[in-house]
Amino acid sequence: MQTDPLSATFAALADPTRRAILARLIEGSATVKELSAPFAMSGPAISKHLRVLERAGLIKRGREAQWRPCELDAAPLKDVTEWADRYRKFWDASYRRLDSYLDQVKEKDHDD
Amino acid sequence: MTTSTTILRTLSDEEISISRDFAAPRELVFDAHTKPEHVSQWLLGPEGWSMPVCEIDLRPGGAWHYVWQHVDGERMEMHGEYREVVRPERIVNTERWGDEWPETLHTVTFTEQGDTTTVTQVVRYPSKDDRDAALATGMMTGVERSFDLLDQLLAQAQ
Repeated sequence: MQTDPLSATFAALADPTRRAILARLIEGSATVKELSAPFAMSGPAISKHLRVLERAGLIKRGREAQWRPCELDAAPLKDVTEWADRYRKFWDASYRRLDSYLDQVKEKDHDD
Repeated sequence: MTTSTTILRTLSDEEISISRDFAAPRELVFDAHTKPEHVSQWLLGPEGWSMPVCEIDLRPGGAWHYVWQHVDGERMEMHGEYREVVRPERIVNTERWGDEWPETLHTVTFTEQGDTTTVTQVVRYPSKDDRDAALATGMMTGVERSFDLLDQLLAQAQ
């Protein structure tokens, strides 16, 4: 399956462990060891989740992943909220138009 | 003219709902959603779009097809099939936007109370067992979670 940046963000956010990691990173940067502490998971399992987050552009890491802290990158999250917002805006704008359209139709029915 | 709010809710990992009140009788609101001469007048989203194609075969198994055109030349297309049609109460239909999104199932209900008709669309993404499920489920959960995360980030930035 081809993955556009938005789909990669959605896929990365689909997992509860990855969401918990992101929530932890909101408090500030952390090492892999610190990030794995709350989970009953091995370091390599956590690293796998971090790689998914990194590919989705949600976190930044140093080259020596074991030592350099992970940092949150919020830009892709903004893309997701923009997507949801567009969906809501589409319906909201259409429904506003429907309000006045219904008024017109009601008036016309009344005149007939 | 009424000033009602469009409400978007996450019902579960697989479902969202969009609801809105209208100051008009239910039959009229139902027709506005199901007759091409009405639909093409208002289902246009933000400014700048028109709907040159609006085909509706309103019966179970019947197809629908919408094409939008923007003044700058961009085109958008959407199509699906009706599964259930109960005038003026309920419509169940499938919806598909291009190949990159999974097909969704929409249940639209029209309820009337006094002079107000409430339209509620429940959008269901494919089940967890579906091939696209990880993505689709993550889509809605992700949207909600990313709002939460953004809230926290904004709170922290202040």
